[in-house]
Amino acid sequence: MMSYAIFLGCTIPARQPNYELSARKSLSKLGVKLVDIANMTCCCPPPVQSIDLKTSLAIASYNICLAEEANLDLLTLCSGCFESLAMANNMLKHDQKLKTKINKILAETGKEFHGTKEVKHFLQVLKDDIGLNQLEQNIVKPLTDLKIAPFYGCHALRPSELLQLDDPERPQILETLIKTLGGTSIEYQNKLKCCGGLLRGVSDDLALDLARDKLINVSNSGADCIATLCPFCFVALDIGQIQIRSKFQEIYDIPVLHYSELLALALGIAPEELAPRTHKIRIDKIINKIL
Amino acid sequence: MRAESFSETIRERLGGETITFCYQCGTCASSCPVAKRTTDFNPREIIKLCLLDEKDEILDGKSIWLCCSCYNCQERCPQKVEIADVIYAVRNIAIEKGKVPNIYFEFFNAISNDGRIVKVSQFAENKRPQLGLPPLQPTGVDALKKILSTTGFDKFHLKKEEPQ
Ligand code: SF4
Ligand code: SF4
Repeated sequence: MMSYAIFLGCTIPARQPNYELSARKSLSKLGVKLVDIANMTCCCPPPVQSIDLKTSLAIASYNICLAEEANLDLLTLCSGCFESLAMANNMLKHDQKLKTKINKILAETGKEFHGTKEVKHFLQVLKDDIGLNQLEQNIVKPLTDLKIAPFYGCHALRPSELLQLDDPERPQILETLIKTLGGTSIEYQNKLKCCGGLLRGVSDDLALDLARDKLINVSNSGADCIATLCPFCFVALDIGQIQIRSKFQEIYDIPVLHYSELLALALGIAPEELAPRTHKIRIDKIINKIL
Repeated sequence: MRAESFSETIRERLGGETITFCYQCGTCASSCPVAKRTTDFNPREIIKLCLLDEKDEILDGKSIWLCCSCYNCQERCPQKVEIADVIYAVRNIAIEKGKVPNIYFEFFNAISNDGRIVKVSQFAENKRPQLGLPPLQPTGVDALKKILSTTGFDKFHLKKEEPQ
């Protein structure tokens, strides 16, 4: 049986049970075992890196050490966690001097980074480890009538040199995985541009502007819903639509679902087991199309 | 001895190493979703001001805080300037000097107290079994605090000063 240490991060357990439930249930259906390791912490995403990069790298590395001790690769759901951890992992693996510097800090916690494990994105586990064939064989409710706008966000793809998920200018992994579920992947303008999520709290106007751009482009494409990977993109586009409604008097009503939720539904997991009320923009019409 | 220039200070920091490779082509600015939306922010301009030693303008201004860390620019820079990382390095310097935007105090406090940037409420924890989720494992707050005191991160917030 394939096993991974799951890295939940902060936002998912705090606010998005829809993400965690759909990912856990889908992976378990696909024969993957997830191990919950004690004493993990925040991954130290961009806001913490902005305070101090070195501290952030040390904390990310500390979390990787826990996976090394358990002899498991890390599986991440949140793109922020994926970026912070995969970046730290690859930087330290390829820079002996940096590794020594960080290990000096980690010594205070009794840990040492060795560089023996991988940090994997949920999508990589699906495509590379489980495999598209295996995935396809388990689909019981193909997403035949669904037009889906894939949204990568930023931190699953970039910086690509360190993350190595896919080509940063022409990625295909999410489109491929949507098609594997039987869905139609829809192209739209500025697909790879940021949702503005990280500007929330710094400049709410700018953040909402960027989210609105995304929604306009998706809505022009005729897609039924957006598939996201990251809890911050989810908030920017789902709750963002409520804020855009009051600020601009514009109603988009585009359901936003994590890819994992589409996967879970296609695997035949009952919608009521997936905390559907987490969504501010209701997803009933998507569920009805699938069932 | 000659005083170190601002760009040298940046170059010596983690993340800032590549700043001097910039030849001001502007590819970053034309790839930047924020620069498209506001004239308050332009990554090429930030790099230029740093290279010209306009330290106060950079550190006192609000523009360095408007980068959304999307890394579009960094993917495309022909000189392999790690622009988003350079901006982290500059923010790190600003914060050391006490120029901390309010929201960063929230991040700082959350990390230092809970080991998490977003706190998981007791309500959310209690609801997990009902939803069919396994209990949350304890957070490694003790280890994290040791790291924060080793790097001096836990002292950064002592000088508070609002940027303009
Ligand atoms: S793309 Fe690179 S070289 Fe060109 S202006 Fe931006 S940082 Fe400088
Ligand atoms: S990382 Fe920052 S500077 Fe670069 S394109 Fe994104 S927002 Fe602009």
